Amino acid sequence: MTVHPILAALRRHKAGVTLITLQIALTLAIVCNAVFIIGQRVERVNRPTGMDERNLFLIEQEWIGAPSADDPASIEKLDAMQRSDLATLRNLPDVESVATISSLPLLNSSWTGGVGLKPDQQHGTANAAYYFGDNQMLKTLGLHLIAGRNFAAGEISHRGSRGTGEPPIAIVTKALADKLFPNDSALGKTVYLDGGATPTTIIGVVARMQIPATGRWGNSFAWNSVLQPVRLDASYTRTALRAKPGRLNAAMREARKALFDANPMRVMENQPDIGIGIFPFSEIRARAYRADIGMAILMGVICVILLAVTGAGIVGLTSFWVGQRHKQIGIRRALGATRRDILRYFQTENLMIAGAGVVLGAILAVGLNLWMMQQFAMDRMSLLYVFTGVIALLALGQLAVLAPALRAAAVPPVEATRSV
Amino acid sequence: MFGYYLNLALYSLKRSPVLTGLMVLAIGLGIGASMTMITVLHVMSDDPLPGRSTQLYYPRIDPQPLGRGDTNPHSGDNLTWPDAQNLLRANRAERQAAMSAGSAAVYPVSGDGQPFFVPGHYVTADFFPMFDVPFRAGGGWTREQDQQRARVVVLGADLKRKLFGDAPVLGRTVHLKDADFSVIGVLGAWHPQPKFYADLDHGAFDKDDQFFLPLQTALDLSLAFRGQLSCWGSGGDSRKGPDCTWLQFWVQLATPAKAQAYRQFLDDYWRQQQDHGRFPRPVDARLYDLMSWLAYKGVVPGDVRMQLWLALGFLLVCMINIVALLLAKFLRRSGEISVRRAMGARRRDIFVQLGIESALIGMAGGALGLLVAELGLWSVRQRPDAYAHLAQMDAPMLFGTLALAIVASVLAGLLPAWRACRVPPALQLKTQ
Repeated sequence: MTVHPILAALRRHKAGVTLITLQIALTLAIVCNAVFIIGQRVERVNRPTGMDERNLFLIEQEWIGAPSADDPASIEKLDAMQRSDLATLRNLPDVESVATISSLPLLNSSWTGGVGLKPDQQHGTANAAYYFGDNQMLKTLGLHLIAGRNFAAGEISHRGSRGTGEPPIAIVTKALADKLFPNDSALGKTVYLDGGATPTTIIGVVARMQIPATGRWGNSFAWNSVLQPVRLDASYTRTALRAKPGRLNAAMREARKALFDANPMRVMENQPDIGIGIFPFSEIRARAYRADIGMAILMGVICVILLAVTGAGIVGLTSFWVGQRHKQIGIRRALGATRRDILRYFQTENLMIAGAGVVLGAILAVGLNLWMMQQFAMDRMSLLYVFTGVIALLALGQLAVLAPALRAAAVPPVEATRSV
Repeated sequence: MFGYYLNLALYSLKRSPVLTGLMVLAIGLGIGASMTMITVLHVMSDDPLPGRSTQLYYPRIDPQPLGRGDTNPHSGDNLTWPDAQNLLRANRAERQAAMSAGSAAVYPVSGDGQPFFVPGHYVTADFFPMFDVPFRAGGGWTREQDQQRARVVVLGADLKRKLFGDAPVLGRTVHLKDADFSVIGVLGAWHPQPKFYADLDHGAFDKDDQFFLPLQTALDLSLAFRGQLSCWGSGGDSRKGPDCTWLQFWVQLATPAKAQAYRQFLDDYWRQQQDHGRFPRPVDARLYDLMSWLAYKGVVPGDVRMQLWLALGFLLVCMINIVALLLAKFLRRSGEISVRRAMGARRRDIFVQLGIESALIGMAGGALGLLVAELGLWSVRQRPDAYAHLAQMDAPMLFGTLALAIVASVLAGLLPAWRACRVPPALQLKTQ
């Protein structure tokens, strides 16, 4: 089939053709970028924290009437209270292991600092988040130790949460180890935390552990974590617990009851906005990513509606054109064109319009991505998204044109002899 | 003629119900989505203190060492305790206050029942008059009481009701954490949104504060603070130290000239501190007015702005869709139009007739758009985001939706009607 008659016919509908081309182009540009954003959000939400998240839960509580000063006596009192709580929890039948810890990945409450290679270094070599806790951290969180060893029970020190002092030993993540010592094993090496002068020796490396912050400011060091063998003493405590497999809910109930039985003077009712309560890790994860998930769903819904509107637009417009050309179709049929010829005609016509639309749309899609990179600090979109979008819209066009084109093919040749 | 055209339009629309429905649906969805997002953006970027906001300023003086704050550009936005004290003492503005968020366990007054945690704020005396905070009873405290570390508290309306019911409370005692406080005031309705005076990096649309205490008292009693505490140097996490930023600070300055003078004062303060070996960065004191401060702190999340652009793009596609469909529809009626033209109708008559038809679609679409927008806002309110409860349509937004619908439909109908009324009648009639 030659395209010349199609072009000639289209020239008589300049405005309509331009509009539908524009619509296809804009749809392609928006859908490509929206799907790209959905993909990014899904990737972000699915990145593993490095922990074994099943059966993991967190207790955040505050004692009432506990000492709040920073003097040694108060700190000892608080430490005794904390150790007593830990012992209570470790005795529970459905609890596998218990660790005191200053924060958790995705909790968005963090201690961060610079890790340097020399003492009194103004600029840290790498930024990192600190986790303070005891020797049960690795086991309870399910972290994967790939080199060196865990802390021993006797190596855990304790201090007030406002105190200072860098510990003599620490465990770091592989990401941080590679950043600090790119050509060498980090094990046994000395680092200086927070621009201090006290050396800290790396005794272990874990495969992966995300930092608590999920905001954009943490993106540059999302995998740089330092585990410090320090039990922080304050009237507010965080404790991570691993329930025995399948016993998560039971363990959470037991923990709440046991802690209240041991000492009722505490606040532990769930109030996630001020960081108090007992939460399964799945809930902490959902809280951290709810905006991303909401955004992905919204983008998805808009994409589907947009494609439906554009598809319906093509159906409507082609239907009009078929209706308008009834007589001409009849004439062509009478002159010997087969039904298939008529069908092909409308399919080819749609392919040409959609083809022009997707070419323009691909340019718009890339342009929109560049604009969003400036405005919203987006990443560069892979051309694969544009390519897939092009195929999808061409397919949508063919699908939408099918019904009106079939109707056109069904026009009988006798139509040519009828007037008006 | 108008009634006749209306009838013609209704007849024409009824002849192709599916297509009419499609056009109304497209314009309704487009307008509904756009208005939902415009409303969300509108309430989020609203002025939290209309009337007073132009006089309120946030001084930004950054005491951090060079190179710090690479990971978080906002880590130098808060003040240290000594700097806040110095600015308060200098007293160069009409009013000035330092503040920080906190939370405390509150004991039920009756003595039985579990204590519970509520969010509050630790502030200095000028906070209340400076922000024009309405009181239902009593009032704030004085600068002298700040210095004396007075054990006084101002309660939010909700906490007052929870603790005391409807009984008068002035002078009564509330037990917070491990100290007694005397109630000297109860707030009226005060819900500035965003909560501009708080640490905006940690929840700009938080719940209302339920108590206010003198800042010095809170420090003395080691009450729990919330928000970012950013420290450097070897002094540890000491709130009173010169190496920890954590306080928010606001000043009231009546005229731009005074603001200019205050900025100058901040620069001088920076230099003066440099003489004492502090503030190693080059002198760069900033003074943000309230609305600029909100913009600088990025109170409206990027996601929300992105969603607005998405909705507007969606509306644009819907509009193009309708223009194309109306154009095809009108041009298909070229024969009918030509007959009318041949019988003496002017172009203007045809234009009006077709214009009424597209306006009808626009009005139906606008009505549907209002419904969709209400539905959209309802779904936003179901979201767990802190700003969700703000998503309400107000009068300007309601009129905005209607105006948008009418403008959109008139624009959509304009081109097709114009094209149709220019159809040459003789040619059409001849080909029939």
